[in-house]
Amino acid sequence: MVRVLKLELKGITKRFGSLLANDHIDVVVEPGQIHCLLGENGAGKSTLMNVLYGLYEPTDGEILIDGKPVTFRGPGDAMAAGIGMVHQHFMLVPVFTVAENVALGAEATKAGGFLNLDDTRRKIKEISDRYGFDVDPDALVEDLPVGVQQRVEIIKALVRDAKVLILDEPTAVLTPQDTDELLDIMRQLKSGGTSIVFISHKLREVKAVSDTITVIRRGKVVGTAAPGASTTELASMMVGRSVSLTLDKEPARPQETTFEVKDLTVIAPSGQHVVDGISFDIARGEILAVAGVQGNGQTELTEAILGLQERVHGSILLDGKELLGRSVKEVLQAGVGFVPEDRKVDGLIGTFSIAENLVLDLYDQSPFAKGIGMSPAKVLENATSRIGEFDIRTPSGSLAAGTLSGGNQQKVVMARELSRPLRLFIASQPTRGVDVGSIEFLHRRIVAERDNGTPVMIVSTELDEVMELADRIAVLYKGKLVGIVPAGTSRDVLGLMMAGLSPDDAAHADRAHHDGSLDDGPSPEPSTSRAEGGDHD
Amino acid sequence: MSTTTTAPRPGTPQPGSTRIQGSSAKPVTWKIPILLAALGLVAFVFFGLMGPNQTAKFGISSAGDFFQLPVIEVPAFLAGIVLSVVLLGLAGYAVYLKTKSQHVPRWLPIAFIVVFVVAFLIWLVGGARTPNISLAGLIAGSVTLAVPLVFGSLSGVLCERVGVVNIAIEGQLLGGAFTAAIVASITKNPFVGLLAAAVAGALVSVVLALFSIKYLVNQIIVGVVLNVLVSGLTGFMFSTVMQADPEQFNSPDRLPIVDIPVLSSIPLIGPILFRQSVVGYLMYIAVIVVWIGLFKTKWGLRVRAVGEHPEAADTLGIKVNATRFWNVTLGGAVAGIGGSFFTLVAIDSFTKEISGGRGFIALAALIFGRWNPIGAFFAALLFGFADNLQSIVTIIGTPVPSQFMAMLPYLVTVLAVAGLVGRSRPPAASGIPYVKG
Repeated sequence: MVRVLKLELKGITKRFGSLLANDHIDVVVEPGQIHCLLGENGAGKSTLMNVLYGLYEPTDGEILIDGKPVTFRGPGDAMAAGIGMVHQHFMLVPVFTVAENVALGAEATKAGGFLNLDDTRRKIKEISDRYGFDVDPDALVEDLPVGVQQRVEIIKALVRDAKVLILDEPTAVLTPQDTDELLDIMRQLKSGGTSIVFISHKLREVKAVSDTITVIRRGKVVGTAAPGASTTELASMMVGRSVSLTLDKEPARPQETTFEVKDLTVIAPSGQHVVDGISFDIARGEILAVAGVQGNGQTELTEAILGLQERVHGSILLDGKELLGRSVKEVLQAGVGFVPEDRKVDGLIGTFSIAENLVLDLYDQSPFAKGIGMSPAKVLENATSRIGEFDIRTPSGSLAAGTLSGGNQQKVVMARELSRPLRLFIASQPTRGVDVGSIEFLHRRIVAERDNGTPVMIVSTELDEVMELADRIAVLYKGKLVGIVPAGTSRDVLGLMMAGLSPDDAAHADRAHHDGSLDDGPSPEPSTSRAEGGDHD
Repeated sequence: MSTTTTAPRPGTPQPGSTRIQGSSAKPVTWKIPILLAALGLVAFVFFGLMGPNQTAKFGISSAGDFFQLPVIEVPAFLAGIVLSVVLLGLAGYAVYLKTKSQHVPRWLPIAFIVVFVVAFLIWLVGGARTPNISLAGLIAGSVTLAVPLVFGSLSGVLCERVGVVNIAIEGQLLGGAFTAAIVASITKNPFVGLLAAAVAGALVSVVLALFSIKYLVNQIIVGVVLNVLVSGLTGFMFSTVMQADPEQFNSPDRLPIVDIPVLSSIPLIGPILFRQSVVGYLMYIAVIVVWIGLFKTKWGLRVRAVGEHPEAADTLGIKVNATRFWNVTLGGAVAGIGGSFFTLVAIDSFTKEISGGRGFIALAALIFGRWNPIGAFFAALLFGFADNLQSIVTIIGTPVPSQFMAMLPYLVTVLAVAGLVGRSRPPAASGIPYVKG
């Protein structure tokens, strides 16, 4: 049954207005290979795959399957040609069952257009058995954990006889353990004859599973590499200059504890306890990183501290004063700096100028305010100095903030929040969707703030970032604090904690796993592995 | 990755990590228990303590039935006390559940509504000058009045399930009513009028679809504008064309009432199910067909996917905007048929604003019925009942001023939409235009 398929992309160009998202990209996916597209966020990987999947029409270039040019007018055509795609944001209808989601668009019917879901259930079972998925065809998708939802997506593609499976940033939402399982599934699919296009910016995973690596930067193919290439080599190809993947930071010198959270509970409108009885503290001159898979209460935790959540119980003490129950403005005045997780939604006003965005918190205070008016000159003056200090790449501070790249937008937010004297600094997903160059800069600023003697709280779903910045690591799972562990705790233990195991259980399970497994060689540096978390080989 | 570190070192105790909060912090929504308790008290005071001392009589057979069922006689005062105590009991149970942080089961508010309506009815009839009412007639009349509401809310279901909010139901009903009247008058054939009504409703919908789907204009605004437009247009045509020559343009023949032999003589349900106009039968068929279509067929699966997660549908090769366009158009046709009820069934001529805001009540029925055709049907029936009660009560002469009774349908609407039957969840993409990429 194995019909192998060779896929070629020749000179694919895609333009959005003046933006050149893909510039004459050539990629050849050999049959039965895992081909990785490596590139930073915004490099044009997803655009390329949406072209391949028929969602975008290419401005120029052609797609060849087994040497024959094809044109896709929509995803239907691509699927018919044997191409399946698992999107970064799952394309599943939450209120449908697994079977309904899998059937959708390729429904088996009885006479008269009536659905025949039994047929679909049988196929789901077949595929689940073959790859060892544990998926109930009649479960509602919204009730399933993300890892399982991803399997449903894979089943969806396999049911449609996909010979080439595109996985777009598939590990972004997974725990490290789920990620490892996914990599196994990919290998299994490969041995079953399915080619895989694996899109990622995470070097560790790319090296672990790829047969060929194509590196894309700013819409262009900048080269190919073998999976044996070193992480530094791959990183510099991806970024375009040599980057240091490890952050040189001094060990923390914690002083007195000034920030304390006690028994914090946040209740969502649905009645769910999204943050459930959490207690922790942060000392001055220390970074506490909050790790966890997305959606385990991190957002609500930071919002509760800032005063953005309505139903909060417990206590939040900064310098001995209660923050709970105070307005956001009062919390900010108490010296809290806050970088929200989604800068476009909560961090910036895209249509306002950079200069205005830089004083969103201080616009009503001297020197920016004058009576009921504002002083535009002071605002611009302030902008000029911030732009210099934070290396914001823009020709002028009066440009709209929305025109900046992700990294520079994040620098604007960070510059604003760090411009006040702080007693507490909270940064949520400080480098999400930010280019590697800016990541370095932002990380250094965060560490500098710590060294100034500010308690710092980082929330990140990227384990690499957590391990890089943290002096202590708190892991959240389903709104509960699984535990707080020191920096240097291994990636595997953290991963197990992110799946809900207590620190002790996680350490046990991890040791047991290593005793019995052969595929992991010894690592030269036990606990200092940072940016890429150590190499697999 | 084989860093063998290291059980987490001691010295980082987390007292809060394993604690589970007591129930004091549990969320409690008091909306439903409070609403029920308040209504229960109202019932107790008015229907019970201040209840009338007559015997209410309910006829449940009509003249042509197979066999005559006896008239039900209820002592109004006693019944008022008993039923209102039942209501308070139900409310109390809801309060009890809430203190236990449990959800109020769905049957509870529904049972409450039913008992409340019965108590209200007994109180109303018991206090009338002639405490005698034909229950069969009351219910049959409710169904009749509910016909345009049901069609309207089905139109809403078809549109919202696919992701387009249809505020223009009122305009579609009105357009259908007008077109049915004028076409049936000219052709002297009410069936042609019926067909024309569907076309007119669909045309109103096409405008909605075009502007909201293709040109991404805010759906609510287009809907509201369409209502005003249709109202103005039909009003203008009425005064310039219809009133100039009513003989020619505004005297449609009515659609016949079709009696299904034997079946229509079953007491109570006979007249409801088997003594209807063509539009009435179409209503039953439409409810069932839309329900089966939405939940049992390939078409329905795709429609619902488009309304819930259009991106997902698109990636599976389903044409989102085309699906939306045709569904909205179909919805308009359904509402148009409902509009023909006004001029081909209820009375035999068109007047300005003949739909009288029923399109908006239909919208409420849609929400009350949780975007489900069958739910919407029963919700529409409740509103039709309130509407009918108003007219009947005026006839038998009750202590309640008829103006208050006239408010009843709207009061019921407000209470219903305020969430008497719990929180309802609209299709996730309803009201959001789909733009590719």
